[in-house]
Amino acid sequence: MNTPRSHSKTLFEKIFDRHVIVTRESGDALLFIDRQLIHDLHYRAFEELQATGRTIRYPDQLFATPDHSVPTTAKKLTDIPQGEMRDTVAGLQGAAERIGFTHFDMTDPRHGIVHVIGPEQGITLPGLTLVCGDSHTSTHGALGCLSFGIGSTEVKHVLATQTLWQRKPRNMRITVDGTLGPGLSAKDIILAIIRHIGAAGGTGYAIEYAGSAIRQLSIEGRMTISNMTIEAGARFGIIAPDDKTLEYVYGRPHAPTGEKWEEAMAYWRTLPSDDTAVFAKEININAAAIEPTVTWGNSPQFCVGISDVIPDPASETDLATRANMESALTYMDLLPGTPINKIEIDRVFIGSCTNSRIEDLRQAAEVFKGRCVVVPTLVVPGSGLVKSEAEREGLDRIFIDAGAQWREPGCSMCVAINGDVLLPGQRCASTSNRNFQGRQGMGSRTHLVSPAMAAAAAVTGRFTDSRQLSR
Amino acid sequence: MEAFKTVKGVVLPIDRSNIDTDAIIPKQYLKSVARSGFGANLFDEWRYLDHGEPGQEHSNRPINPNFVLNEKRYTGAEVLLARSNFGCGSSREHAVWALRDYGVKVIIASSFADIFFNNCFKNGLLPLVLPEDVIDVLFDSIKDEPGYMLEVDLESQNIITPDGTQHSFDIERFRKYCLVNGFDDIDLTLQHKKDISEFEASHKQRMPWLFEDIS
Repeated sequence: MNTPRSHSKTLFEKIFDRHVIVTRESGDALLFIDRQLIHDLHYRAFEELQATGRTIRYPDQLFATPDHSVPTTAKKLTDIPQGEMRDTVAGLQGAAERIGFTHFDMTDPRHGIVHVIGPEQGITLPGLTLVCGDSHTSTHGALGCLSFGIGSTEVKHVLATQTLWQRKPRNMRITVDGTLGPGLSAKDIILAIIRHIGAAGGTGYAIEYAGSAIRQLSIEGRMTISNMTIEAGARFGIIAPDDKTLEYVYGRPHAPTGEKWEEAMAYWRTLPSDDTAVFAKEININAAAIEPTVTWGNSPQFCVGISDVIPDPASETDLATRANMESALTYMDLLPGTPINKIEIDRVFIGSCTNSRIEDLRQAAEVFKGRCVVVPTLVVPGSGLVKSEAEREGLDRIFIDAGAQWREPGCSMCVAINGDVLLPGQRCASTSNRNFQGRQGMGSRTHLVSPAMAAAAAVTGRFTDSRQLSR
Repeated sequence: MEAFKTVKGVVLPIDRSNIDTDAIIPKQYLKSVARSGFGANLFDEWRYLDHGEPGQEHSNRPINPNFVLNEKRYTGAEVLLARSNFGCGSSREHAVWALRDYGVKVIIASSFADIFFNNCFKNGLLPLVLPEDVIDVLFDSIKDEPGYMLEVDLESQNIITPDGTQHSFDIERFRKYCLVNGFDDIDLTLQHKKDISEFEASHKQRMPWLFEDIS
């Protein structure tokens, strides 16, 4: 018998509804938040709360690590020069010691970018609600959970109450079918999606990614997709848990074991959207048509394939978009009609919560092998565990032999507050997620690409189709 | 939180879409221990010609004469007018703190990024959505009228132009109630303490694997 349409639910709705404590007349729901991740820039939340006489409701459901401010040349707190960065990292550590929540400090082999270590440690599980004071918290949705970025006030609200008021967003499904060409990766898919729906295309929506091309991706690739969902305006980028998800989660330190695992798995199996579930918006993307992609403007929606040219704002009919394009071309110092593969670059950054997992590093290493970089290149693993795995596989030797710098884990040149910055006017091929003006340093020019494309740019000094360099 | 009163103020027009939070307040200010005083760094990289750092004296920094905020006629602006997807990018609440500290009380745009939109309400800043054709008219009007002011009446949900034209706007009822009264979210939520405790008890039974001690 078919489930009546009115009772069928999307993956998102199933998790959302299960966490509703009360609903206001206005429609806002008070959601129970299962887990919160905290990074160094939010360390003051604890003292601010305590100053108003409040307590932390669930220290056991709180997991912290310093990632934004840590220099990638530092191995421990005292390696950080005196000043704000050190105070920030020390501040988080102090709060962890005082309150007693889990904290992966810089000397802990599990330390890393908060969105890399959450899934790595099994803190992120299908079906839960998870927040962090960082917009890229959408990353965790790749495991089939409801994860989203929040502001500082909401961070304190969750610390004090373990809840958050949320208006249920509309559901959008983006189905990516077809087979992705060889040498392409999840980064190319998500850039193509953002180009298609626009930087605000997902505003007010929770996006579910589906389709054969998404299923074929590893969990790491799926995280790259979910991660950049916020660049399309949506806070949630969720993917139904499947066998790959369960295999990924199984045996991780915070994942359930024994009977609890069986119980959890039985629940997780019920999560995928019902066949008759209704989405407010449906988008279809053909994976086979996607090329290695490069952004050229100051919004991730401004991107084209490697064989393309810089578009001409004059051919854009929407006046506001045209003005945006013109301002971006001035800032980026680019002319319409320039072939992408003629654009020379000054620096390369491989890392960030978008592309710093082992699979990303393997893809970059594949291009670097036996070649040398011609521009300064920084490779920053997403966590201590990613770093040690890369070293076990000998990837570090490939990077170092190619002339790239192999660093300690952290956000590094994605948010560029740890000292890893571009100089004014420098052009960077970057595996990060934002190409905004000044993002990688005042006057910096960022082009977002996949790890393979970043490596190809590093060894040729310009944007190059990484498939031409594959063996 | 400070209660929101009716605003009548000069309008600062920034004719761009996708104004991101990195542009509103650059990253170097996120390390600052302070939560106030960011007004001097609002749109720092557009506003000044040099690179700013926290704790710096801003009064003698070189000003970018081509950035609209630096035009004399917009001094003391309390209303900011922009295009679509305002506040996209990073979740940094510093963006809202910088706007508030500068004196901005209302932002009018055709759409806002979700996280920024939420952050506004936590800090007494009203993000107000108007249709694109109305935004077009407002941009045009400001161009021709130095000292152009808008009155924003939250109670009646109207903005009133100098010639008396009214444009109504929507706001979710509870958000309005909190803004008008300056209510703190945590206090309101803790009125549901009993509901939360009851939910927790049943949630732990339904999803026990989330609450296990780590071996």
